[in-house]
Amino acid sequence: METTLAGHAMETLPHVTWLGVLIKAIIILAVISAIAGFGTFIERKVLAFMQRRLGPMHVGPYGLLQLAADGIKLFTKEDIIPQNANKFIFMIAPIITAATAFIALAAVPVFPDFTIPSWIPLLGGTFVPSIAADLNIGILFVLGMMAAGLYGPLLAGMSQANKWGIIGAARTAVQFLSYEVVTGLSILAPIMLVGSLSFVDFNDYQSGGIGSWLIWQQPVAFVLFLIAGFAETNRTPFDLLEHEAEVVSGYATEYSGMRWGMFFIGEYANMITVSIIAAVVFLGGYSVEGIGWLTIILKVAFFFFLMLWVRASWPHIRPDQLMWLCWKVLMPIAVINIVITGIVMMV
Amino acid sequence: MYEMVAFYLFSVLTIGLFLITVMSKNVLYAMTSLAAGMVLISGFFFILGADFLGVVQLIAYVGAIMALYSFAMMFFDATRDIKEKNTNPALVFLLGGLSAVVLVLMFAAPIHSDAIQALYPMHEGVGNAQDVGIVLFTKYLVPFEVAALMLLVAMIAGIILAGKKMDQSLTEDMSADDEILTQKDEK
Repeated sequence: METTLAGHAMETLPHVTWLGVLIKAIIILAVISAIAGFGTFIERKVLAFMQRRLGPMHVGPYGLLQLAADGIKLFTKEDIIPQNANKFIFMIAPIITAATAFIALAAVPVFPDFTIPSWIPLLGGTFVPSIAADLNIGILFVLGMMAAGLYGPLLAGMSQANKWGIIGAARTAVQFLSYEVVTGLSILAPIMLVGSLSFVDFNDYQSGGIGSWLIWQQPVAFVLFLIAGFAETNRTPFDLLEHEAEVVSGYATEYSGMRWGMFFIGEYANMITVSIIAAVVFLGGYSVEGIGWLTIILKVAFFFFLMLWVRASWPHIRPDQLMWLCWKVLMPIAVINIVITGIVMMV
Repeated sequence: MYEMVAFYLFSVLTIGLFLITVMSKNVLYAMTSLAAGMVLISGFFFILGADFLGVVQLIAYVGAIMALYSFAMMFFDATRDIKEKNTNPALVFLLGGLSAVVLVLMFAAPIHSDAIQALYPMHEGVGNAQDVGIVLFTKYLVPFEVAALMLLVAMIAGIILAGKKMDQSLTEDMSADDEILTQKDEK
C-alpha cells in the first residue's frame, strides 16, 4: 500500500514511517471512539432543545457525565446471546460494523499532520501524517468500506432468531442496494471535474477560497450525496433498519451491552466519515496554513449538526417511498447531472 | 517481507473461507464466508499495487453478495439448526488434498522467482484508474463492449421478467390485499 504523501507536500514533509502510521491509527481509534460517545450526548441535547426539553441534566454538571454513566452501563451490561441465534455470526456482526467504520477513516484526512516533539522519549521526532493510508483512490476506498459496513446490520438481523431482525436485515439489503447507486453516481460528477480519486487532489483543486468550492459547480451532486449519505448512515429520515415504531429495533433488537454499543460507535464513526467526505469533496476541505484545520472541523461539525437537525425536523419515510425516491427521482437526476457535466467539460 | 506475510495470510484465509462456502450447508455460513473471501481477494490487488482494481473488487462483490443474501433470506430460514453432514467424504478428501497441494505450491513458488516477470508493469506517475482506462479502451475494447452489451441484455430481460405487474402499486392498490385475502381463505 502506498504511504507516500501525494502532491505538493512531497518535498517539504518528512517521510512517513510505520510508527507514524501506527500512532495515527491509535489516535483515530481513541479520538473517534470518544467523539462517537460524545456525539450521543450532543445528539440528545440538540434534539432536546429542538423539542423544548432539557435533555440529560442529572448526572454531572449540565448532564455532561451522562456520557460516562452510559459508557459504564454499556461495558458492564450482560452480553446476551439468544438461544436459537447463530452464535458465531451473531457475535461477529457488530464487530464488522465498528471495524469497517474505522478502516474507512484510515483513508480520509483526520486532524493535521504533526511531528512529535523530540523531548518525548522513544517516540520523539516521529512524523504523524494527516491521512493514515493516503491511497490514490481514497474516495472509492472509503465508499467501498462504508458499503461493506452494512454487512453488520444484515448479518445481525439474519443471525438472530427474531422476525424483527429479519425485517431489519431485509431493509438493510434494500436500502443498501438502492442508495449505493446514488452515492456512486452523485460523487462521479465531481470526480470527473477534478480528474482524480484522491482526497488530497480534491483539496488542492478547491484551494482558491470559497469561490472555488465544488458545491458551486455541482450543487445537484452535493444535495444527492447528502441524501444518499443519510441513507448510508441510517439516519432519519432513512433509518428504516431500526425504526422503533415499526420494527421494534430492527437488526439491533436482540443485542445488548457492548455489542449494541459497537453498532452505535460504528454508526457515529460513519456519520463523521460522511461529513468529512462532504466537507473535502464539496466544501473545500482543509488548508495547511494558519487556522486551516479549524475550518474543516467546523465544516464536519456543521454536517454532524445537520444530521441531528434533520432528525428533529422530519419524520421517517416508508420503505416503498424510499425506493420511489431513490430509483425514480434521485438516480435519474444523478445520471442527467453526469451527462450535463460531461457535455460542459467536453465543449 | 510484509507483502509476503500478507500474501500468505490472505491466500490461506481465502482458500479456507471458500472451502467453507462449498462445504457448509448452513446458508448463513456459506454466504458470509463467500463475502469475506471476496473482500479478502481485494487484498491481493492491494499487495500488487493495483489499488483501483482492489477497490472495484470490494465495491462490486460487496453489492453482488448483498443481492445474493436477499435471495437467501427469502428462500431459507437462516437460523434453523442444520446438521453439517458431509455426505461425500471422497469429495472432502479430494478438495482438501487439492487445497493442500495448492498451498504447498504457493509456498514453494518463490524458489523460481526468476521465472516470474511482470508483462504489463505499471507506468510511473500514472494513476491506477488511468492505467486501467487506457488498457480497457485500447487493448480490450471489444471484450469491454461485448460485456456491456451482455449486461444490457441481462438488464432488459430482468425488467421484462419483473415488470409484469409493475403498473400496480403493492401498497396503494387494494386489489393486492384482496388477492392475499383470497389466498388466505383458500387455506
